[in-house]
Amino acid sequence: MQSHLPALIVIIPLLVALVLPMLGRGHKPWFLATLATWGVFAMTIALELQVSGLARDPSAPQTFLSYPIGNWRIPWGIEFRVDALNIFILLVIAMVSAVVTFYARLSIGSSIPPERIRFFYAAWLLFITGLLGVTMSGDIFNVYVLIEVSALASYTLVAMGRYQSRKALSGSINYLVLGTIGASFFLIGVGYLYSVTGTLNMADLADRLEPLHDNRAVITAFAFLLVGLSVKMALFPLHGWLPDAHGYAPPIVSALLSGVAIKVGAYVMIRLIFSVLGVEFSFVKLPTGPVLWVLASLAILLGSYTAIQQTSLKRLLAYSSVAQIGYIALGFSLANENGLTGSLIHIFNHALMKSGLFLVAGIISYRLGEADLNRLAGLGRKMPFTMAALTAGGLGLIGVPLTSGFISKWYLVTGAIERGLIPLAVVILLGSILALIYVWKVVEIVYFKPVSDLAREVTEAPWSLVLPAWTLIGASLYFGVDASLSSSLAQRAARLLLAQP
Amino acid sequence: MLALVLFVPFLGAVLIALLGRWPVYRDSVSVATAVCLFGSVVGLVARIDGGASQQLALLEIAPGLRLAFGVEPLGLLFALVASGLWVVTSVYAIGYMRAHHEAHQTRFYTCFALTLGAAMGIALAGNLVTLFVFYEAMTLVTYPLVTHYGTETAVRAGRVYLGYLLGTSIGLLLLAVTWTWILAGTLDFQKGGFLAGKADRTTLLVLLALYAFGIGKAALMPFHRWLPAAMVAPTPVSALLHAVAVVKAGVFSVMKIVLYVFGTDLLHETGLSVWLMYVAGATILIASLIALAQDDLKARLAYSTVSQLSYIVLGAAIANPAGVLGGSMHILMHAFGKITLFFCAGAIAVTTHKTKVSEMAGIGKSMPITMFAFLISSLSIIGLPPFGGAWSKWYLILGAVEAAQLPLVGVLLLSSLLNIAYLMPVAIRAFFVGGSTSEEGESIKEAPLACVAPLCVTAVGCLLLFFFAADVYQFLSPLVQP
Amino acid sequence: MAFFDLFNYWIFIVLMMIGLYTVIVSPNLAKKVIGLSVFQSAIFLFLISLSKVRGGAVPITVPPAELYSNPLPHALVLTAIVVSVSTLAVALAIIINIRQAYGTVEDDEMEKAEGH
Repeated sequence: MQSHLPALIVIIPLLVALVLPMLGRGHKPWFLATLATWGVFAMTIALELQVSGLARDPSAPQTFLSYPIGNWRIPWGIEFRVDALNIFILLVIAMVSAVVTFYARLSIGSSIPPERIRFFYAAWLLFITGLLGVTMSGDIFNVYVLIEVSALASYTLVAMGRYQSRKALSGSINYLVLGTIGASFFLIGVGYLYSVTGTLNMADLADRLEPLHDNRAVITAFAFLLVGLSVKMALFPLHGWLPDAHGYAPPIVSALLSGVAIKVGAYVMIRLIFSVLGVEFSFVKLPTGPVLWVLASLAILLGSYTAIQQTSLKRLLAYSSVAQIGYIALGFSLANENGLTGSLIHIFNHALMKSGLFLVAGIISYRLGEADLNRLAGLGRKMPFTMAALTAGGLGLIGVPLTSGFISKWYLVTGAIERGLIPLAVVILLGSILALIYVWKVVEIVYFKPVSDLAREVTEAPWSLVLPAWTLIGASLYFGVDASLSSSLAQRAARLLLAQP
Repeated sequence: MLALVLFVPFLGAVLIALLGRWPVYRDSVSVATAVCLFGSVVGLVARIDGGASQQLALLEIAPGLRLAFGVEPLGLLFALVASGLWVVTSVYAIGYMRAHHEAHQTRFYTCFALTLGAAMGIALAGNLVTLFVFYEAMTLVTYPLVTHYGTETAVRAGRVYLGYLLGTSIGLLLLAVTWTWILAGTLDFQKGGFLAGKADRTTLLVLLALYAFGIGKAALMPFHRWLPAAMVAPTPVSALLHAVAVVKAGVFSVMKIVLYVFGTDLLHETGLSVWLMYVAGATILIASLIALAQDDLKARLAYSTVSQLSYIVLGAAIANPAGVLGGSMHILMHAFGKITLFFCAGAIAVTTHKTKVSEMAGIGKSMPITMFAFLISSLSIIGLPPFGGAWSKWYLILGAVEAAQLPLVGVLLLSSLLNIAYLMPVAIRAFFVGGSTSEEGESIKEAPLACVAPLCVTAVGCLLLFFFAADVYQFLSPLVQP
Repeated sequence: MAFFDLFNYWIFIVLMMIGLYTVIVSPNLAKKVIGLSVFQSAIFLFLISLSKVRGGAVPITVPPAELYSNPLPHALVLTAIVVSVSTLAVALAIIINIRQAYGTVEDDEMEKAEGH
């Protein structure tokens, strides 16, 4: 019996997105969107159980789930392929979107005019559809299309921040231009790969590319693909669009962008480097390792350093994301099991932490209008639960033990030392120290400064906002104490990637 | 029993936090928790004496990262010292905080209890991961205590505190721990160490340096500045935490790593730790010199602590039986001595509002008990019999002689002279110099009983330890037996 | 000789660079978007040119031929054109909003309005 879950996971949000604009004002759009995302989350869990079942079953022919769209035979048709790696990413996307969509009711309700809300949710669901599809797809051109679907939706979503600040518009157009260039570079890469191999299916590409390691077209394709994906994942130095886009978008959009979308870009890069082109080609023949080490280190150090100087909470978090993507890139560029596990587990952990933190920023906007750092003064007393979430998330970014951030750092540092690259281990730890500075800057303002005039009358936020934020931050704390689930999933995926023949 | 030791402080912290609205109950619970903890630790010691060994594996965070606990003599010593002195300090704190009408007392007592919980975690840690987790926890949980007053200076001091402690632990210590993991494949403490033969000399040297400087709580120069900065906290905090719990956690960790990760044999054969002896020696002297120049009493005591901590590091670095035992004993002796000194400083501040040594002429007349206790504990710190500090100093000198490091013997002797130079004038000025502001009728006006009683107890302790040193020696001897 | 054989690639590169140059250099947002369009068109030409097989027939099986041109890239390009047009639409919508919010679509004037 063919499980249709892979298709349903992508189709349902898509269809709901198309229905939403017909729904008029009121809370129906939010409600349906929340149902859709929760449904997706449930289905993703079911899919995970299926994939694990396959992995454990010795008689199963393969350890991945293959779903041909429209029943066209692979490799000519488009394939949705779920293995240990992308089920992990799918879980991240589904979980975070479910929580954030629930949160969205009050947050969006207060920041976007009522007649536009249904369009917001439509774009929101399209964005999520795109991300889910990119992760699930086994066809490289299909990946391009879905990247663009999610990107277009996200340009719209970022621009919706214009009701709070017009800088959202300039941030959005900048994001659009850079994002389109990036995606187009990706397309060029796809074109070159097709010209040499004649196939677009990633598994088939992997087979056909094996004897072609010296082919100049393949090398060129690799370069274009990586540059295009670097834009999407905001890897230094192609991160310039991120601070403005994340800084001025509505908070839940930033939550999903920072927490999930850039990780999906990283996922595609990991998939290409390890599964399609192979470790032999990417790391032995080409100096991908050293290049990524340098860029990732710069991302970590410069990103954290710039975060320290920000005066707006959202921009601080945005620059922090640039640094965190550096960690992820550093992890997989080490090409060993610990490094890859660290990279993947950080995708998971950072998604939880950063989305939670952006939701906290959203709560502050909801109560105080703008999340400028000075407005946070003294909020520790007025909004204790919210600020506790902020502190806990911040501790996770630093990587204090018993937070999930520590687990990621542990794997990353051990991965670096295993390769004998002590300077990289030092960079990772230096990044933590810089994170300490920018997190503590916020903590001091929140707890030690006297309450500002604006915040005199402020009370704790409504539970429908605080609960989702705490769910995400709480999860990030839980997975810091008991990381057995996240680390086993990440390790399984890492082993799969490194075992590619 | 081991689980109980770990559990009691955290349970206490929760209760204290909940009882915040009823100060009487809250304070009683605080003292009661301390007593229970001390009782549990004593019970644990008794059980071990009976021959049983205790291990506890709590939680596997991730593959290879296990929170596990175990008992051994050094850890038990630290646990006894910390928990025992907590009983005294909680009484003192009640007196001090009430006399000063301090705000945020619930937060204060809760964090205090949590700190002791972290200290127990460090004392009983069975592997480097557990040690690291509780070490970091302690830093974070003492931050609200250091910044208690919430003033601009307090916040800035808090920044220095966190900066030095988290900076060294994340930047250096974590690197050392992960590197050890890669080299040795295990992080469990083992008698005699487990790093022998796992790496070449240079790597081991770098590793030792990372550990020594990464454990910022041991206040090895140049990472000592957090200690004087933390003096901005209320005196009970300075007393217990920065004379006993936090700093001793630091030097305890250094000693533990020397004994159970590197192993004294390894250090002996390779001479890996000679440089550490000299860094510790330098810290001893330089800190003492800085202490001489301090007029603020707490600052003077802070630099004295920096200096005394390096005695313990020196003992660990010398890595022969006498050195190790001397250093370990000093954990106990210095704790009692320094806590008394801080108690006195606090009592003086509460009663006369004086914090500077230059102002303290003649207060021996109005606070004879306090100043006498000050005198006793000073003598213990200086290392004169019949006070406990004499024994630990004796063993340290013996260790230096046996290791043929005569310059270090000179350092130890010179530092005793410096101790006299910066501690005795306080007592002398208090007793023998006339009061600058002559109050009419120098009647005896001591601090509240809750403040005076503890400092008497600990001062007497300094004296008693001289006579019980043999028992301590016996208790610790398994550390150096093959 | 080789130069003229590979003329499709040269055209693709030149057009792509013209488009990119326009995007980077022009201060006017509408012109940037036009540059983006040119850039993307170059890529489409590249993909289509991949499908031409010298001596190949149009890919219709009746009447049967021995060699066909490749129809797949055409399908890819059609999809990509749709994506490109949608991007253009979103971009223009944002630019209209920018015009309403800032009163201009020149990026240096926009920066001045924000006080940089």
